[in-house]
Amino acid sequence: MSPAPARKLRVATTSLAGCFGCHMSFLDIDEHLFELVELIEFDRSPLTDIKEVGPCDIGLIEGGVCNAENVHVLREFRRNCKTLIALGACAVNGGLPAQRNHLPLSECLREVYQFRPGIANGQIPNDPELPLPLDKVRPIHEVVRIDYFLPGCPPSGPAIWKFLTDLIAGRTPRLTGGLLHYD
Amino acid sequence: MSALPSVPLVTLDDILQRHSHDPTRLLQILIDAQQIEGWLPAPSLTRIAAALHIPRARVEGVAGFYSFLYTRPVGRYRVLFSDNITDRMLGNAELLDALCRKLWIEPGKLSEDGLVSVTTTSCTGLCDQGPAMLVNGRAIGQLNHRRINEIAELIRQQRPLDLWPAEYFRIDDNIRRRDALLDLDMPPGAALTAAIARGRDGWLAEMQASNLRGRGGAGFATAVKWASARNAPGAQKVIVCNADEGEPGTFKDRVLLNSFADLVFEGMALAAWAVSATEGFLYLRGEYHYLRPQLEAVLASRRQAGLLGTSILGQPGFDFDIQIHLGAGAYVCGEETALLESLEGKRGTPRIRPPFPVIKGYLGRPTVVNNVETLAKTCLVALEGGEAFAATGTAQSAGTKLLSISGDCAAPGIYEYPFGVPIARILEDCGASDTQAVQVGGASGMCLASYEFQRRIAYEDVPTAGAFMIFDGTRDLFDVARAFVHFFAHESCGFCTPCRVGTALLKGFMDKLADGHGAKADLNDIDWLDRLLKNASHCGLGSAAPNPVIDTLQKFRPAYERRLVSLDFEPAFDLDAALAEARQLTARDDPGAHLKTHEEEEK
Repeated sequence: MSPAPARKLRVATTSLAGCFGCHMSFLDIDEHLFELVELIEFDRSPLTDIKEVGPCDIGLIEGGVCNAENVHVLREFRRNCKTLIALGACAVNGGLPAQRNHLPLSECLREVYQFRPGIANGQIPNDPELPLPLDKVRPIHEVVRIDYFLPGCPPSGPAIWKFLTDLIAGRTPRLTGGLLHYD
Repeated sequence: MSALPSVPLVTLDDILQRHSHDPTRLLQILIDAQQIEGWLPAPSLTRIAAALHIPRARVEGVAGFYSFLYTRPVGRYRVLFSDNITDRMLGNAELLDALCRKLWIEPGKLSEDGLVSVTTTSCTGLCDQGPAMLVNGRAIGQLNHRRINEIAELIRQQRPLDLWPAEYFRIDDNIRRRDALLDLDMPPGAALTAAIARGRDGWLAEMQASNLRGRGGAGFATAVKWASARNAPGAQKVIVCNADEGEPGTFKDRVLLNSFADLVFEGMALAAWAVSATEGFLYLRGEYHYLRPQLEAVLASRRQAGLLGTSILGQPGFDFDIQIHLGAGAYVCGEETALLESLEGKRGTPRIRPPFPVIKGYLGRPTVVNNVETLAKTCLVALEGGEAFAATGTAQSAGTKLLSISGDCAAPGIYEYPFGVPIARILEDCGASDTQAVQVGGASGMCLASYEFQRRIAYEDVPTAGAFMIFDGTRDLFDVARAFVHFFAHESCGFCTPCRVGTALLKGFMDKLADGHGAKADLNDIDWLDRLLKNASHCGLGSAAPNPVIDTLQKFRPAYERRLVSLDFEPAFDLDAALAEARQLTARDDPGAHLKTHEEEEK
């Protein structure tokens, strides 16, 4: 373990068009969590339930960008985080949700809300409360500038731990060998 | 090649027979088989695989690799506009649009009646007489609106290509400056007679004394290559002439093959004499297919004269003959190991070196691969002796160099200069004015700015395979670099990930800038991609792919910077437009149904 920085680093996390699998993998660092909380404190995150992100050192983004709300959240993270990280396959490439990119959005929505067997008089939801979907799911680096990419579906707990400890200790994070090996 | 082969003149069986059912001739078989219907239907591929006893997937893999092989129906007239930057500067895009409009078709799509398709192809080697096109593989230069109108009419009338005006197919040599090689008037066999008189050892010694270096760009010492092949274990050594002249902006080999073919073939025989080789191949790029009949005629007359065949010039044991292999539109096959793969009837994927071809080349046999110009130059060495040859040029670059000059100048064409000639002198000779930049060595070469025009053409300063493209003050060097990046992305063979993905990403960034979405962050990413391509690619194609960007970013940086709309980051697409479809589906137009393109506007 590297020497602790002078103050605790503030870290925010969120999941956009993702499955929270990367967050679950984050928890898989198990007992390292105790070491981690000595080094960092959480800002907005599913772990804290803080709703608005404030000034942070590190932002971890899981999932791609599939709707207008994702864009707003991602931009807020970019505004507030000195270092922004794409966490996992969906954030890096669009991942599973991006499979709909091969189909027109209208076909997807009509199939789900109008033509699905058992649906009568179905209608595509149009409540202004709901964020509108983008025509294509985008990896996050196509919407804001991203500093680091942590691939994997999900990245393993040890990969996340190595990445974060590198970052906290001032080393440029670099995963090699087994930590980049997915199957 | 007739345009409308309604009744096939040959059958697949004839073709397979002619190639002795030899799997190493697969590419040649596919090229010939395509003549039957103009494309390669799936059942033909299956039959070829069965007849050659090779997997169907291998046949499909080869058919899918080469640009000029088609596994889907194509027009009975296949029009391919050459799309080198020099063709673009001469207005090829406008002519392509005009032709498509007149034929009522969309670029890249087959007309509904199956008559015609019009699209682009990489440089066809007619940069000095562009804009150029290939129609069913036959080259037409000097396109203009009048010619396009006539061509549209000929296609509409379904006139066979053989009945098109002959002047369309006239390709000029445009030799503007002659020196030792182009001035040489040698009776066939004279160089060979001189070399045979010296004996194999004596001849190789002359070659060593000449300091002749490869004219294909890499500049490897020819005598060293020959000696290595000669000393390599194994019989049936091979001489290959690399006439896959695909580097954008290069056309000197076309001129040598058109008007100096005897020198080239004599050079191959000279190499065979030094190496004790028995078999020779001329690998001719598909774009120069039209030269084949006359090249075959030259070969036939050389056989007749005892300059090819057994006991050449009465020398017992000197048996050597040459056959022509065609390429089919793959730039990467100019790389010597990819060329050997292609010669063996496979996809043109570069091999890992070592072993080098001189040790293990064509079918594992010791193989010398030389450029067309290099081989022609060996005639000078044989006639005048090595020392005389080494007396011209510079210390490390003996002899002369053919330059293919195109772009913004009064007299584009072929210029032969002794090595060491300054760029400024060349520009003066060809009538270039207000020159902003010169791209030497083609897309993979160097971009020189005006403050470098005192530099010299030589291996020790500005090495080149021969391309010399001139850009005057009206040109935008970003457009030039972007055209080359598109070229490399198209020509990447797809074998290694750094090149396949890297060239596509680089193209994406150049297009992002061109489309008005450029940001400072993109320039950092471009730098990173340049380094990745250079360091991680499997072969020279990938490592040379970033060259045009590296040079222009250094020397013409404002051409990039003026395209930046953000000093930080900018998406490549319009975020609000990405919501348009959802807005339409939900009939919403409230503020929440929109996104600002820039974050600042949001706050």
